[in-house]
Amino acid sequence: MAEWIDACATDDIEEEDVIRFDHGSRTFIIVRDHEENYYCTDGLCTHEDVHLADGLVVEATIECPKHSSIFDVTNGDVETPPACESLQRYPTRIEGGRVFVEI
Amino acid sequence: MTEIVIIGAGECGVRAAFSLREYGHDGAITLIGAESALPYERPPLSKAMDGTEKPIRPADAYDTAGIDLVLGTDVARIDPEARRVFLGNGVDLPYHMLLLATGARARLFPSLRGCLTLRTDSDAEAIMARLAPNTRIGIVGGGFIGLELAATARATGAKVTVVEAAPRLLARGVPTEIASIVEARHRTAGVEIRTGTGVSSATNRTITLADGETLTFDAVIAGVGSVPNTELAADAGLAVENGIRVDEWFRTSDQRIFAAGDCCSFVWRGTRVRLESWKAAQDQGAFVAAAMLGRTNDGGYRHVPWFWSDQYDQSLQVAGLFDADSPVQQRDAGQDKRIVFQCDAENVLVAAAGIGPGNSVSKDIRILEKLIERGARVDPSVLADPSLNLKRLLRAA
Repeated sequence: MAEWIDACATDDIEEEDVIRFDHGSRTFIIVRDHEENYYCTDGLCTHEDVHLADGLVVEATIECPKHSSIFDVTNGDVETPPACESLQRYPTRIEGGRVFVEI
Repeated sequence: MTEIVIIGAGECGVRAAFSLREYGHDGAITLIGAESALPYERPPLSKAMDGTEKPIRPADAYDTAGIDLVLGTDVARIDPEARRVFLGNGVDLPYHMLLLATGARARLFPSLRGCLTLRTDSDAEAIMARLAPNTRIGIVGGGFIGLELAATARATGAKVTVVEAAPRLLARGVPTEIASIVEARHRTAGVEIRTGTGVSSATNRTITLADGETLTFDAVIAGVGSVPNTELAADAGLAVENGIRVDEWFRTSDQRIFAAGDCCSFVWRGTRVRLESWKAAQDQGAFVAAAMLGRTNDGGYRHVPWFWSDQYDQSLQVAGLFDADSPVQQRDAGQDKRIVFQCDAENVLVAAAGIGPGNSVSKDIRILEKLIERGARVDPSVLADPSLNLKRLLRAA
């Protein structure tokens, strides 16, 4: 059952950057884009299970640090292969300076 | 009459085929591969020992995209006048436009005949079958293939010797400051490295050095570069110059025939180059697909050459092309990492390389790559300063 989790403070993530967020046995990323929007997706690249948190965020995209797949974090879609599968995306909401994710 | 035929089903050909569809081509696409396996990724071949191939795309993706995949089939010749491709099995196909993505093959000098080489899944299988505890493995060539195989072989407990004629490892394209870390890591892992050591000949069991000494092994692997597959192009009368010669749109000397990936040479920032790189093969596949459809309005090819190598727990990445005769600068990247870069006389950033555990240097190298792509001018002393936030520099560029 998905539940809302308090993941981090909004300013734990720099503008156009990403943090890794582990919960239970699962790993996620939380991305802050260039316009103060926050997104949460699965944390591992769908190509070779590389942690995306080491990747570069440009606007609302993240690039895998290993093989350069680029994902649109607003919907999880692959923008540039080699990845073929989208990232699972999870809802986020901001409340009192905290980022909540529904995972 | 809009058939597009692609010869070569590696990273470049596959990317081009899917990109053609993505960019709206609705005519037939035929993708021809000489190997029989579903098109697969080559980078894992030097690293993984389980022998399972990683497909570039799942089998059903070709059907879904309407790409006619013809595997296990050689191409005998191209007739540019009749615009037909003649397959080894007797079939011939008409084309409206043709893409040569024929790749490269492992180089093997006559003096090295008998050595194992690595390019295909079956090559990898043959090599991995020889790796076992205490097996003596000789490797000719201290480049990426040789060194990645050395690391993989050590992981199995094999005894590994790497013989390199140049005074240092990775002499082609990787600065000394990075290569020395790679070398130290291999030595720590117990690999015997003999740089500055010429090889006069080698067989499947021996390496004979230039000074006459003969080393004996259980298997010998040669990793001494690759040769572009240009024969079809040359036979068809296309210009070949260290690879199939292409213009800024990756068009050959025939207006209906394009070439991209490892098989072609193209001009990058004023110099004709041929890259042997997984990323460039994909970038060029996507670019040439657009060019074939006449989508040339967003300028020429600008992707910065980029490659990576994983050895042991370390990963190194290189963006841009280093000039071996010019100095490099170092950016203080912390204790277990190293990042170097090179600017030209006008302070335009031209190349950057980094090494560190896992993916620890990836983000910085990616930012530097983007700065290179933008032709950014940077004060080298500022870039060397670790207090400079690279991301902010990129936003300002």
